[in-house]
Amino acid sequence: MPIRIQKEAFDPWQEVAAYGAAHPDRLDGRTGATVVFVGSMRDFNAGEAVSAMTLEHYPGMTERHLEKITAEARSRWPILDSLIIHRYGPLVPSDPIVLVAVWSEHRDAAFSACRYLIDELKTRAPFWKQEATTAGARWVKPG
Amino acid sequence: MQTTPITVRYFASIREQLGRGEDRLEAAGIASVADVWRQATAAPLPANTLIAVNQEYARPDTAVRPGDEVAFFPPVTGG
Repeated sequence: MPIRIQKEAFDPWQEVAAYGAAHPDRLDGRTGATVVFVGSMRDFNAGEAVSAMTLEHYPGMTERHLEKITAEARSRWPILDSLIIHRYGPLVPSDPIVLVAVWSEHRDAAFSACRYLIDELKTRAPFWKQEATTAGARWVKPG
Repeated sequence: MQTTPITVRYFASIREQLGRGEDRLEAAGIASVADVWRQATAAPLPANTLIAVNQEYARPDTAVRPGDEVAFFPPVTGG
């Protein structure tokens, strides 16, 4: 159930495939459902063009709360594994920001756990987005 | 009497408004999160500010001890 917070860009589809291939003991033959959520950067927000974004976070607290959220999901649904990757630092439009992948035997658990992980991440993980617009930099308000 | 200081951290818009990301406070006279904010800044605590003590979510009346890390930040917007 790894959690990675990284500055580097990543390819979420490549990550999901690579993780599955690297953990055949946990996933091969048992996985009936893989649910993947990818959040990407838009080039518009609140009616304005956005040319770039910077993501700030609270190192340590971020990982701690994502671990907690993952443990909660694991206790609520019978999932086989999960993978969370989240960027920080500078981003450009179309960049994937976050990946939440969940593997389970049946689809209900994977859908529910994936939804729970991304929803809880959005309200509890200490990340902040600052957008660059033609009118200057602005902090994103929670949606 | 010398005690371990309290580390205070600020993030995002609060960090920008204060013009700094961190303070170190003498623990003497500090019992709660509200005391930390009062001692570190002259301003009232902005509405909707989130608080963490030792990286766990907390409230203005949460107790603070020498050596604790107290953080103030706006609502989170990750994902």
